[in-house]
Amino acid sequence: MPRRAGAPEVNAGSMADIAFLLLIFFLVTTTIETDAGLDRMLPPIEPPETDVIIKEKNIFQVNINKNGQLLADGELIELDQLRGKAVAFLENNGDGSCTYCSGGKKDASSSDNPTKAIISLKNDRETKYATYITVQNELVGAYNELRNRESERLFNRPFTNMEAEYTKQETPAEVKEELKEKITRIQEMFPQKLSEAETSSSSSS
Amino acid sequence: MMSKFKKNMRTVPEVSTASLPDIVFMLLFFFMTVTVMKDTALKVENVLPNANEIKKLEKKDRLVFIHIGRPTGSFETVLGTEPRIQLGDKFADASDVGPYVLAKRARMPEHLRPFLTVSLKVDKNAHMGLVADVKQALREVHALKINYTTYEGDAHKNLE
Repeated sequence: MPRRAGAPEVNAGSMADIAFLLLIFFLVTTTIETDAGLDRMLPPIEPPETDVIIKEKNIFQVNINKNGQLLADGELIELDQLRGKAVAFLENNGDGSCTYCSGGKKDASSSDNPTKAIISLKNDRETKYATYITVQNELVGAYNELRNRESERLFNRPFTNMEAEYTKQETPAEVKEELKEKITRIQEMFPQKLSEAETSSSSSS
Repeated sequence: MMSKFKKNMRTVPEVSTASLPDIVFMLLFFFMTVTVMKDTALKVENVLPNANEIKKLEKKDRLVFIHIGRPTGSFETVLGTEPRIQLGDKFADASDVGPYVLAKRARMPEHLRPFLTVSLKVDKNAHMGLVADVKQALREVHALKINYTTYEGDAHKNLE
């Protein structure tokens, strides 16, 4: 037995082909998830036991008709104006009890304070979904704008940023605990009261 | 001088492809980790609207998806062009939404049930009537946490 020196080398030339095959398989059968969106709570179906009386001035009524036109508090407005109007309504601070509403106009015919202010969104059955989402986005944007401002003032970082870190799974528990405290504090300052009433049919409007 | 050049031209060194499998494997692992398997074949058109004030849906185990949109391709000839609801991998009515969500909730581990979130994947050209029906059905089964799933982008582009 003279030739024992080296074991014969395995040909690895086809390795690349095999790997490519697997790669292509995974490319075809999988998707990169695009799951992000606007979180909303629906109102419960049971009517509340005690009727809560809400003053007319504490409600900011937004109506979208089937042509995508906007009616905010009885005024026909453009979409670009909506966010500004909602912000002005939320931090109006009519009764002066809100110490952090720096931009409040204290208009007597608008909301008392941010904890009482309610935005009510109504739409027609024929309204396009894209329009509806755009309006929702603007209203959530109005809340976020105010929350970010207060969060920057108190904790030196935007609210949306804290929230994103809180929902991340990699965030350690102790950091989450601390974030939760801050998040609830800001949320109490500007509670998101966005009501989605049942849609009206086009015949009645 | 000239002879030196000629020599080089004649024997071009071969490019080693030994690292090719490594590169491809790296790509493979990248795609295996960042993607997930498609579990439902979409039978409806599903171009989501854009929004920028969005929150990420991190926890996949508590999500239930409802797709709404125009039937695609061959389904259009049978079902028409009106938007439809797709639950799992079949078409459904608004009345089927409640039982579907309840069945999904029953299959979830108990500690997750209160956190069930319904992700509404609605095509941007759908009308709100159908979405309102779905919302009403969800309220009836007390699945109140919803998420209007959107793409990240400028919301004003939706109106074009």
